[in-house]
Amino acid sequence: MSADNHAAEAHHDDHHGHDAHDDHDHGSFKSYMIGFVLSVILTAIPFALVMTGALPAQATALIVMAFAVVQIVVHMIYFLHMNTKSEGGWNMLALIFTIVIVFICLAGSLWVMHHLNTNMMPTHDMTQMVG
Amino acid sequence: MSATAIKTDEPVVFHLPEEPHHPEGSSTGLGFWMYLMSDCLIFAMLFATFGVLGGNYAAGPGPKELFDLDLVAVNTAMLLFSSITYGFAMLAMGKNRINQTLVWLAVTGLFGLAFLGIELYEFAHLIHEGATPQRSAFLSSFFVLVGTHGLHVTFGIIWLVTLMVQVKFKGLIPANKRRLMCLSMFWHFLDVIWIGVFTFVYLLGMLR
Repeated sequence: MSADNHAAEAHHDDHHGHDAHDDHDHGSFKSYMIGFVLSVILTAIPFALVMTGALPAQATALIVMAFAVVQIVVHMIYFLHMNTKSEGGWNMLALIFTIVIVFICLAGSLWVMHHLNTNMMPTHDMTQMVG
Repeated sequence: MSATAIKTDEPVVFHLPEEPHHPEGSSTGLGFWMYLMSDCLIFAMLFATFGVLGGNYAAGPGPKELFDLDLVAVNTAMLLFSSITYGFAMLAMGKNRINQTLVWLAVTGLFGLAFLGIELYEFAHLIHEGATPQRSAFLSSFFVLVGTHGLHVTFGIIWLVTLMVQVKFKGLIPANKRRLMCLSMFWHFLDVIWIGVFTFVYLLGMLR
């Protein structure tokens, strides 16, 4: 392939590449820094709370989980550049579908197994029955 | 093709006679996102397993005796730094600066290696103390979940080095830009999974 041809092709691809870039932009220095600073804050606070034990365990657990959810959203927006328009909305649709499935799997597993554990006959009762 | 409707003995085709023309790689981003979502489901299952079995210590050591939060905090910082440096590599790529891109990719790789090194040190320490995956259901699910994430990071680093060689020899051609974009998604995705790991495994483990 001649160099000219190659250059023309590269340009051709570039053009389409540019179209694609409008779909998922690579973000700016500012957006990356906002994401980074938010992530540092959202990571440091849960670690500090658990390490110092400043709050009761129950409250700490709730705060830690809430911070994790917020940080995941921050990462999605500032690092993974998620928005409702990228790839004609299919990215977001796939994400929502995944979240629903993940929720069903996690909540379902924990719920079912929790009940299984609590309704299981305690070992000493079982030995009494056998004896 | 247009005559197929009349001639009945010819096989009927149920697809477009000609594929609509798409530029090469125009759907790679969406396809790779689909892969990440399916990977997400693997991790969801491993998290569910850990959620169910995470309290079964079998009279063995629990999170409080085993985990060193300082180490986990350093590890989290390594992964977070690698995320932002990969972001800088993507910005340099956007400006078509090959050397700058390579430098940021190298920095990202080093942070990734530091993360892996710390994780392997932690695993070695646990196994040395007798907290092997065979010890209890808690430790089995812990090693599988955290190990799978570590394995992803390992392959991410191999991919990163491969792409650095590609960029070095072929420059920032469209194909390489596409590959770097995919790895960018993969790398940031691993950081998202790590948020789940340090929250549910380590931080909530210490509160149990």
